[in-house]
Amino acid sequence: MSGAPRIAVITFPGSNDDGDAMLALELLGAEPVRAWHADAALPDGTAGVVLPGGFSYGDYLRCGAIARFAPVMDAVGAFAASGGPVLGICNGFQILCEAGLLPGVLRLNRGQQFICADVTVRVESTASAFAGAWEVGQELVIPIKHGEGNWFGDDNLVAALEAGGQVAFRYLDDVNGAVGRIAGVTNEAGNVLGLMPHPEHAVEELLGPTGGVPVLAGLIEAALAPATVG
Amino acid sequence: MKATVLIRPKQGILDPQGEAVGEALRTLGFAVSGARVGRLVDIEIDTEDPAEAQAALDRMSRELLANPLIESFTIELEDGA
Repeated sequence: MSGAPRIAVITFPGSNDDGDAMLALELLGAEPVRAWHADAALPDGTAGVVLPGGFSYGDYLRCGAIARFAPVMDAVGAFAASGGPVLGICNGFQILCEAGLLPGVLRLNRGQQFICADVTVRVESTASAFAGAWEVGQELVIPIKHGEGNWFGDDNLVAALEAGGQVAFRYLDDVNGAVGRIAGVTNEAGNVLGLMPHPEHAVEELLGPTGGVPVLAGLIEAALAPATVG
Repeated sequence: MKATVLIRPKQGILDPQGEAVGEALRTLGFAVSGARVGRLVDIEIDTEDPAEAQAALDRMSRELLANPLIESFTIELEDGA
């Protein structure tokens, strides 16, 4: 498939940002391909995975708690374990946390309100597969739209993440009560990234801020590097 | 047999819902110094062996019903079911 890495965008029942993720990835030069929650395997040649935003399974029980049992999540777990880059956006971040692929959990915003706003996040670490073109201190304007984006980890976990460079993004302002204003984290190996802001909504100047470009470009770059499945 | 799993926000964990409920109760004039909001799951489990039921309920609570990072849970088995 030419030089464009094939990136699977997974649709769960209740996902609603899968379409935008497909469009944004295509715009940035990847070859996005749809995957379905009930699939037992990722599409052939998958070199990267996106878990998009939305309200999978109606956010029943806890956000992401049910989606982690979707058949495709076994394949996502195996892909991540083999070093493949996986990006979770908003509900996708919540799913990755519930699945144990990322540390912490997303809770109800401190103010209890659903927040829809452009926010500024700062790159806090370049210790991940996504960060080839990032610089620590770089500020990105990306929209958030969530009711449960209040990231939580206990003191020990936060200290370990900070020390290990696993805090990828931090909000400049306290927007939702997240511990340490944490907006995005990576796993220890640096090949799974989750964030609450929506990079797929911030890639075209005509439509607003473009802070999502470096995030998705980071995924595409990471997808060019490791071995593919299938 | 029947069982109830009660899931609560852990001690020390900020509970925005509970705070809002507490505030609303105070607005109504009740002398309330705190409220915490959790979740209740009634379960009918296909066994009559209390020990077996307890073990299964414990596992379901850990693996799905509660997130141990932020929630604690208690299991109540119904007698004589």
